[in-house]
Amino acid sequence: MTEEADIYELLEAVKDPEIPVLSVVDLGIVRKVDWISPKKLKITITPTYSGCPAMDTIEREISEILQSKGFEVEVVTSISEAWTTDWISEKGRKNLEEYGIAPPAEATTDKSFITGNSKNVHCPRCKSEETSLISQFGSTACKALYKCDSCHETFDYFKCI
Amino acid sequence: MTKDEALFEFLLRTGDNGLVLAQRLGEWCGHAHQLESDIALTNVALDNIGQARMALTEAGKVEGKGRSEDDLAFHRTEMEFRNNLLLEQENGDFAQTITRQFLFDVFQFELLSGLKSSSNEFLQSFAIKSLKEVTYHRSLSSDWMVRLGDGTELSHDKMQNALNLLWQYTGELFEKTEADDILIADGVIPDLEKLKESWDDIVGQVIKEATLEIPDTKGFMATGSRRGEHTEFLGYILAEMQYLPRTMPEAKW
Ligand SMILES: [Zn+2]
Repeated sequence: MTEEADIYELLEAVKDPEIPVLSVVDLGIVRKVDWISPKKLKITITPTYSGCPAMDTIEREISEILQSKGFEVEVVTSISEAWTTDWISEKGRKNLEEYGIAPPAEATTDKSFITGNSKNVHCPRCKSEETSLISQFGSTACKALYKCDSCHETFDYFKCI
Repeated sequence: MTKDEALFEFLLRTGDNGLVLAQRLGEWCGHAHQLESDIALTNVALDNIGQARMALTEAGKVEGKGRSEDDLAFHRTEMEFRNNLLLEQENGDFAQTITRQFLFDVFQFELLSGLKSSSNEFLQSFAIKSLKEVTYHRSLSSDWMVRLGDGTELSHDKMQNALNLLWQYTGELFEKTEADDILIADGVIPDLEKLKESWDDIVGQVIKEATLEIPDTKGFMATGSRRGEHTEFLGYILAEMQYLPRTMPEAKW
């Protein structure tokens, strides 16, 4: 019988359509794998933001990849517990940074971010900590827009929720 | 009125608030004064659509007549919509849009904070999820209130005019119906009177910091949405939003 870890490994192939370096597993949106029967799986996923337009694509790709391995699949969406950026894996954070998106600071230290105090956001290009918030709303629901005061490039920041 | 009927009414109101506001904010797409604002307003719209979808889906389940989120969004008439009048008001200029947003964001933040301890499991999860998003919305609109209110003479006047126009629609946010009484008694939703106290407090603080003044409406507050009586604007919003699914009911992406 296939182990839970094997299923997660298969799901590594499903990427966030808007951030192709981040798998749905690294993003922390695959919450649960249940066996309905030896060949039938129920996968529970949760949206990052309530309006995330990528959910349909993600759901379809999860089904397709598991079906191609001979499973019957049911994908269900659950909003409880609510997704948090703390669920992004260490590998995911590293990939984000290499891709040019500053990974989220720890949510526990994040209260000041909502008000735009950016002490802990460093530039993914030159690693400078001298950065400032341009807008709390960026190119997708999950990102804010920052600029680096050292190399003067703008960059996306994966904001904490 | 049964408890489920009461819950249905509240879910419709919450879903319709998100849906109508999102529709209004979507009108800004490609038209805001700077790219950042354009993106911010449409992001807020997207969050509201997401929240509306959850609330309307749940409303359909609670109603038990097999209506989906789409049935509820696209196949009801204005008299059947329960969104607050504030949200259907025109975008006007940026000052008017931001003021509408601010008055609603503070309300929504307080409502969701109360719903976090709701005795209803769906509302509890819905609130915890949505509050994360609304925290950012409230921060955006409060910042603009202060920046423009306490800005130039021109921006100050525009903000004051917006406040003068929209204030009359704020009383209705806290109006209680039979449904609300049932839900409050059961701990499903927070007491709207207490909610108004914290709303008054926070809105008052921001307005003061923005060097604006709360207008004197001489006791007048517009009312009607709880009974499906809307201002003239809702019909136009629905006409645009519902045109396609009503013309081609079987249309699929
Ligand atoms: Zn830099």
